[in-house]
Amino acid sequence: MADKVLTANRLSDGISVWLDAAGNWVESLQDAFVARHAEAVSALETTGKTAFADNKVVDVNVIDIEEVDGVLRPLRLRERIRAEGPTIDYATGYKGLSGPDQAA
Amino acid sequence: MYRYDEFDHAFVSDRVEQFRDQVTRRLSGELAEDAFKPLRLMNGVYLQLHAYMLRVAIPYGTLNSRQMRMLAHIARKYDRGYGHFTTRQNIQYNWPSLSDTPDILAELASVEMHALQTSGNCIRNVTADHFAGAAADEVADPRPYAEILRQWSSVHPEFSFLPRKFKIAVTGAERDRAAIQVHDIGLHLKKNEAGEIGFAVYVGGGQGRTPMIAKKIKDFLPEADLLSYTTAIMRVYNLHGRRDNKYKARIKILVHETGVEELSGQIEQEFLQLKNTELKLPEADIQAITTYFALPELTERPEGWANLAGWKKADPDFARWVHQNVQPHKNPDYGMVTISLKPIGGIPGDATDVQMDAIADLAEEYAFDEIRISHEQNVIFPHVALADLEAVYRGLVSIGLATANAGLITDIIACPGLDYCALANARSIPVSQEISTRFGDPARQAEIGELKIKISGCINACGHHHVGHIGLLGVEKKGAELYQITLGGSGDENTSIGEIIGRGFEPEKVTDAIETIVDTYLGLRLDPGEKFLDAYRRVGPQPFKDALYGNGAQAAA
Repeated sequence: MADKVLTANRLSDGISVWLDAAGNWVESLQDAFVARHAEAVSALETTGKTAFADNKVVDVNVIDIEEVDGVLRPLRLRERIRAEGPTIDYATGYKGLSGPDQAA
Repeated sequence: MYRYDEFDHAFVSDRVEQFRDQVTRRLSGELAEDAFKPLRLMNGVYLQLHAYMLRVAIPYGTLNSRQMRMLAHIARKYDRGYGHFTTRQNIQYNWPSLSDTPDILAELASVEMHALQTSGNCIRNVTADHFAGAAADEVADPRPYAEILRQWSSVHPEFSFLPRKFKIAVTGAERDRAAIQVHDIGLHLKKNEAGEIGFAVYVGGGQGRTPMIAKKIKDFLPEADLLSYTTAIMRVYNLHGRRDNKYKARIKILVHETGVEELSGQIEQEFLQLKNTELKLPEADIQAITTYFALPELTERPEGWANLAGWKKADPDFARWVHQNVQPHKNPDYGMVTISLKPIGGIPGDATDVQMDAIADLAEEYAFDEIRISHEQNVIFPHVALADLEAVYRGLVSIGLATANAGLITDIIACPGLDYCALANARSIPVSQEISTRFGDPARQAEIGELKIKISGCINACGHHHVGHIGLLGVEKKGAELYQITLGGSGDENTSIGEIIGRGFEPEKVTDAIETIVDTYLGLRLDPGEKFLDAYRRVGPQPFKDALYGNGAQAAA
């Protein structure tokens, strides 16, 4: 069985998140809790269903990963791009969000 | 251009407030995702790989400077400083938060824009020739009819839950620049022998997993019957279109399975019931809408001819840009300018907030405040005096948008692909960037001539690969990206669907394969005037197969 992590998109802003060992949704795959056996995977699935039902996250999925030299790496390219962001220099000159709404 | 009346303003504002309430209830947990998802989609809000995506409608690709500035403002304030212009003549933002979307929609409403019907199984943004109103070969301006269709189809109670999405395109010239034969309904404006305006009507075109060329079901539909006949088509489709299988639900499948003769008979029967009802368009109404799209007052600017000759002589880069990106206008003192959103090695269709603001400034000063978005993901100034071309060019150079490649090999259409899209199987943008970089040399592009490459990251074909002279379809095979190449597609008045040339190529081999195809073409064309598509149609796929896979190669799956 491949190692697995739980991923989703945060409801409020849609940003990709992963579940950590403390039960928090974090923005870095590297901080995710890794399930290495069937019971742990089952726990992830239950947590995912609950989080979805609690309206914290959407598009919840358990995904396959591998650990290479201590770095977590999804097996599918799709999930690698979700974890690392677009593979292109998409926003040359991007200086971060501005304006009062984002400052808070 | 069309201006909202009191009803339009109230309607759009009401929808914004309705959506604001829905978002509030969703964020509080009162609304579950299953209930909310169709509501957000009705307002153009998708969920993609990294974030939500907001698709904003640009009706038939027409907007003014004020609206373009608002698009820049939204990119700056609510997104990451850029937007992506699409093959549907719309714009997409890749990073808005859900909680911001009601405010974004309210800001859009303040400049008479919205995101309605940019998703869902309804009639989507009606698209049109991006040179509408300016092209020398135009019979009539398609935009008034596109606007009439927009008003009629907006939250149409009967057609808001169709079997599947529905796309209508209108062209006003013999030269089809709106790809009408790959739309659910394609309308070709024409005149009959009596000089009356009407439409040739095509039905059942589309790309996606089952590409089909539309069938002509009416040679001449009088303009007064536009809504009654379109309603007849929609009714037949709504009744008989397949709802049991999402992949067979588009009208192209209904046309294919029913047969053109039988289906047009059904449409004709329905039309007879509707023809003389309130759907008949009064001449006065057509005229009233047409008035909104009047040609701006183009004063005589004959000095442009002499100026232009001098500027071209002095600056070869400017001369190249004029040659490639400026088309003849119906007024000889003016030109139609294509602002390429395909800088060499750049992201097709992307524009930053700074670029959008600058485009708005230039349009206001030199282009009568008129801007278009083309389905080829470029920006158009439809009316620019030849005498002002140099100033426009300098302005574009300063924002990095003066690439002289309209219609050339680096003017590539690409969908967002796996870098953003939740449906994609492979990336499109990096592939387009590598091809663009490889062929970026202006002399080489000029030598190759007109060649349209179109790239999709999945079978849904948002990158129009089926109608690319060279099409690339990204698929996932054994966990890796693979690119299938099609040749000979075209989305104009001689529409054709590209043929799969053979087995696919890994990402690192795609650009070499394109180069092999291009070199093969250069070696076999009769003369430099024979375009790639013409050469392909003359010789067929075999020389290209031989070059790519060796002599005697067979097409592979």
